[in-house]
Amino acid sequence: MNVLRCNEIARLVSEALDRALPFGQRLSVGLHLLMCRPCARFRRQVRFLCAAAHRFPEGGEGGGLPLDVGLSPEARARIKRALESAGR
Amino acid sequence: MTERPPRETGWRVDPGGWVDRHGDYLFRFALARLRQPEVAEDLVQETFLAALSAKERFAARSSERTWLVGILKHKLVDHLRRKSREQPVSDFAATDKAVEDLFDERGHWRRKPGEWDAGPGATVEREEFWAALARCLGKLPGRLADAFTLREVEELESHDVCKALDVSATNLGVMLHRARLRLWRCLDVNWFGNEESRK
Repeated sequence: MNVLRCNEIARLVSEALDRALPFGQRLSVGLHLLMCRPCARFRRQVRFLCAAAHRFPEGGEGGGLPLDVGLSPEARARIKRALESAGR
Repeated sequence: MTERPPRETGWRVDPGGWVDRHGDYLFRFALARLRQPEVAEDLVQETFLAALSAKERFAARSSERTWLVGILKHKLVDHLRRKSREQPVSDFAATDKAVEDLFDERGHWRRKPGEWDAGPGATVEREEFWAALARCLGKLPGRLADAFTLREVEELESHDVCKALDVSATNLGVMLHRARLRLWRCLDVNWFGNEESRK
């Protein structure tokens, strides 16, 4: 009888986000989660975290950066010049 | 509504105004994902240049910005691919202490996962939450952050992330697991405020 420990369950919970687990592993994880509230909570939280990451903002307001972060004047000028000479 | 560009500029290609209209947006997009300002600047420039040479193929089905962001995403993956080729993962540690330390010698939680549904942190997806997530991403070892960003933020398929980072599926699994656990722990402490041990 192969009883999985919490650290192994955590690993499988993460793996399940990338691929479907084989039936036996799914069953072991499921049984463990029924009996172990910390692992069940961890699973909920890590899945929540990854779902939130999917919605990470693009480049508008927020986006994890202070609002005044932008291209430096030098970079802006350099990029404009590069575009101009390429456009000719 | 006020931020949206006039309809006509959104639907035709106008390189002259690109940098002023989209430069900061693209820069912020790249910076949040790569955390290196010089690299982000270079990718923005590469994006505009690629867009310029492909502008005949621009289909007005999407807005100019959506189109540019699409090009930038490709540039971002290309950059990580180049970087991985130049610096292969040779320092891939067999164990990750930050992750190991979450469990005791019997494999049990050293500190049980705290509550995420209560307290001020429960309101997520505000600007501050994204900033906290970005800070936690910034604390990850670079390769782990890259793996997480490609897989979970950009939602690439695992095999595409493997190709970009030049790692096996097994190693990617380990990297993502480490990244997720470290981020989970970082947010648990720094956003949800669960510092106290709750044995």
